[in-house]
Amino acid sequence: MSGRHPSRPWGWPRRLVHLGLILAALVFLMLFLVLPLATVFVEAFRQGVSPYVASIQQPEALSAIRLTLLVAVIAVPLNVVFGVAAAWAMARFDFPGKALLGAFIDLPFSVSPVISGLVYVLLFGAQGWFGPWLDAHGVKIIFAVPGLVLATIFITLPFVARELIPLMQSQGSEEEEAARVLGASGWQMFFRVTLPNIRWGLLYGVLLCNARAMGEFGAVSVVSGHIRGLTTTMPLEVEMRYNEYDYVGAFAVASLLALLALLTLGIKTLLEWRYGDELAHAPGGH
Amino acid sequence: MTLELSHLDRRFAGFRALDDVSLSIAPGEFLALLGPSGSGKTTLLRILAGLDYPDGGGVRMGGEDFLATPARERRIGMVFQHYALFRHLTVTENVAFGLRVRPWRSRPSRAEIRERVERLLRRVQLEGLGGRYPTQLSGGQRQRVALARALAVEPDLLLLDEPFGALDAQVRVTLRRWLRELHEELELTTVFVTHDQEEALELADRIAVMNNGRIEQVGTPEVIYQQPATPFVCEFIGKVNRFRVRRHGAGFGVGGWMPEDDPWQRDVTEAVAYVRPEQLWLAVPPSQPAWEARLRHIYLAGSVAHLELHVASLDQPLEADVASEDLSRLGLQPGMALRVAPRSAVLFPLDGNSVPRSEERWLWHAPSPVPARV
Amino acid sequence: MRRRVLPGFGISLGYALAYLGLIVLLPLAALAWKASGIGVRELLHLLSTPRTLAALRLSLGGALLAALVNVAAGLLVGWVLVRYRFPGRRLFDALVDLPFALPTAVAGIALTTLYAPNGWLGGWLAPMGIQVAYTPLGAFVAMVFVGFPFVVRTLQPVLASLERDVEEAAESLGARRWQTFFRVILPMLAPPLLTGFALALARAVGEYGSVIFIAGNIPMRSEIVPLLIVQKLEQFDYAGAAALGVVMLLLSFALLVAVALLQRWSRRWAEHAA
Repeated sequence: MSGRHPSRPWGWPRRLVHLGLILAALVFLMLFLVLPLATVFVEAFRQGVSPYVASIQQPEALSAIRLTLLVAVIAVPLNVVFGVAAAWAMARFDFPGKALLGAFIDLPFSVSPVISGLVYVLLFGAQGWFGPWLDAHGVKIIFAVPGLVLATIFITLPFVARELIPLMQSQGSEEEEAARVLGASGWQMFFRVTLPNIRWGLLYGVLLCNARAMGEFGAVSVVSGHIRGLTTTMPLEVEMRYNEYDYVGAFAVASLLALLALLTLGIKTLLEWRYGDELAHAPGGH
Repeated sequence: MTLELSHLDRRFAGFRALDDVSLSIAPGEFLALLGPSGSGKTTLLRILAGLDYPDGGGVRMGGEDFLATPARERRIGMVFQHYALFRHLTVTENVAFGLRVRPWRSRPSRAEIRERVERLLRRVQLEGLGGRYPTQLSGGQRQRVALARALAVEPDLLLLDEPFGALDAQVRVTLRRWLRELHEELELTTVFVTHDQEEALELADRIAVMNNGRIEQVGTPEVIYQQPATPFVCEFIGKVNRFRVRRHGAGFGVGGWMPEDDPWQRDVTEAVAYVRPEQLWLAVPPSQPAWEARLRHIYLAGSVAHLELHVASLDQPLEADVASEDLSRLGLQPGMALRVAPRSAVLFPLDGNSVPRSEERWLWHAPSPVPARV
Repeated sequence: MRRRVLPGFGISLGYALAYLGLIVLLPLAALAWKASGIGVRELLHLLSTPRTLAALRLSLGGALLAALVNVAAGLLVGWVLVRYRFPGRRLFDALVDLPFALPTAVAGIALTTLYAPNGWLGGWLAPMGIQVAYTPLGAFVAMVFVGFPFVVRTLQPVLASLERDVEEAAESLGARRWQTFFRVILPMLAPPLLTGFALALARAVGEYGSVIFIAGNIPMRSEIVPLLIVQKLEQFDYAGAAALGVVMLLLSFALLVAVALLQRWSRRWAEHAA
């Protein structure tokens, strides 16, 4: 793109400027992104492969992986249903308060993860609104799995909706109207026209939602209580091992999460490259 | 079944899209809704399709309340402006959609659906393209897929929203003829929306001209063109010269031209007159009243030539159309002087506020003998 | 009531509102309720303890600095990724989202190891007398990391849509390259840069996971506000945690409003240009 114009008689040659800018950007990306990523894997394998494998096979690590998967399996589908419902209402109908609803959907993105956990402690904790009642009925939410799920749902609530709302708005409702005129029922229209049209955007949203659900630290840390084997997800297990100076163990679990992140980025890039015109790109929505 | 629209009103925030619209559409009729954008024609079509509802008024189809019938039960075929083809389905699946979503009791068998889709694709000249996706088709092909999809449900009423709007000029003319033939074959009641007067005049049995949410005139293309009911219809359909005429003693006139026998008596002092370019007589004999005009420019446009005339006594230019072959026959040259007069005109009296009163229209024709051509 | 053509309005809106109400609004109401139990005087007292003030200073000041660095770095990286073609461009473009995808705990321990006095970068900086890990500087580095993608990602679409002919017009009018950049290009990029700045700022202010590992959490020196909230919760000081939480929440709201206004402003400006 660049060197087509002849460089001017004064100033630096264009190519040199371009090269300098590219180098500066790459140095920044290497220092700030690539090096931390490389550190994770180097530290995980610092003492070789077998300590790495052994530390992943420890029961606490395995139960952390199980718990992380469980939380994601509950939180992601719930947020998918919410995202589709919210996007349908917001992209297909006009109603008073629509802008406010959009702002509330975005809210979890802009509050500190710690706040996301805090609000549930205030709601369900020992001194919270429902705490005494829950205690009396023997239901545990805070320092238990339901709390982890709730905090994760809160944090990841916007992902699917944020992807689908602009996508469905840009697609318009003509195809759905055509389906209605051709005699399709509401569900027929949804499954045969709406869903196929948003499938890649939906997958994109699910992907980001899942990555965050599995990797969330701050919010779950507040509600977890850090009970080994019971309420520690993978990020919490990383923290606990790190604080116990088990660096290989911490980085071993961290390397799994880093792999998940790389996989997410890979699929995301593939989706953008292959189905870019069937996605909405909402900047800053991550 | 006759489609009866009565007193339809539709308001959107701040403006009236439909204002007391009544219209009757006969079975098998090919009706055009013609008007500029924002005139309410698409709103009217969407109400017929069940995609919008009026704030007041009713629609009856063969005596039944059409508005109480949901869109999916109206037996309507609709071709959307941008076709609204399902982008994830092939041509065949698009055409079959309306049949496949029927409840199983009324759904034709697979073989029947396949057979019907094939027959339709042949009819719209798309055989062999059934496996393609909409993005792999040209604009004209997409339009025909949309039409086949609409016809597959065997509708009682076919609705077309700007059916040729997204096509280039060449394809447009071919498809127009083809659609007219198809309509003659199927005898299906068809309503189509267009802003293109040429399209409406060429295709429709009747035209409803719309403006600002109202129907200005309904009639055959001939009536609409030759006997426009309102100043809007005069100006919207075809080209037209417009000027003011004033009462001078006994009669009306301007700049030396006087249409005789005005029907308005003495209470009208001013009127607006519309004259089509081809209704200007360019060689008026000295015995008859006429305007002294100068020929400014000749624009040759194929079979027709447009002449730009300046009439000093009107203090405005006029446009006249003649057949190209008449240019040399009459020896027309830029700069030459001509005696010009209308052969026919449409006049509307102006009230005290200079607003034309359509209901007192005067269709004026020059008394014979005036030669039919030039 | 007007009949709607497309089905499902009631059920979809009803479900979305109920879900949002239960998951987001009800818990936030609990926070507001808990915080309202503290008097204004107590709240001010709580906020004006030296330890809280120090934490607020680091959270806000560090986040501001980090967001500023991100504007500069984001402009550079966004520009290079959009304007130039070089091997590996697609890979680096994908990598920009790493801070979004990498769990913050992982980023935290990785950055700490990297900048520790015996780490790859820390070992190199230590002889120069620069210590990053376990200092406020470490918190700042983590805040830069987590906020980095925002500026790049808001900038890229705008940069890609800039018409090249505007620059060529500027050059044909005799502008030098740097004049073209500062007088023509930069003003057009101002709205996305500001939006990215606000988003990166909001993220850095609230960041917890990556910062607590690298900052060392020395009271009065390298503690951030979210950490104070967690500590108060661990001491079962719910009211104190709620008070700090409300302050953070109000800050988020302010930034959210700022972003919304910025986006409206940039849209209006774009319409004028078009």
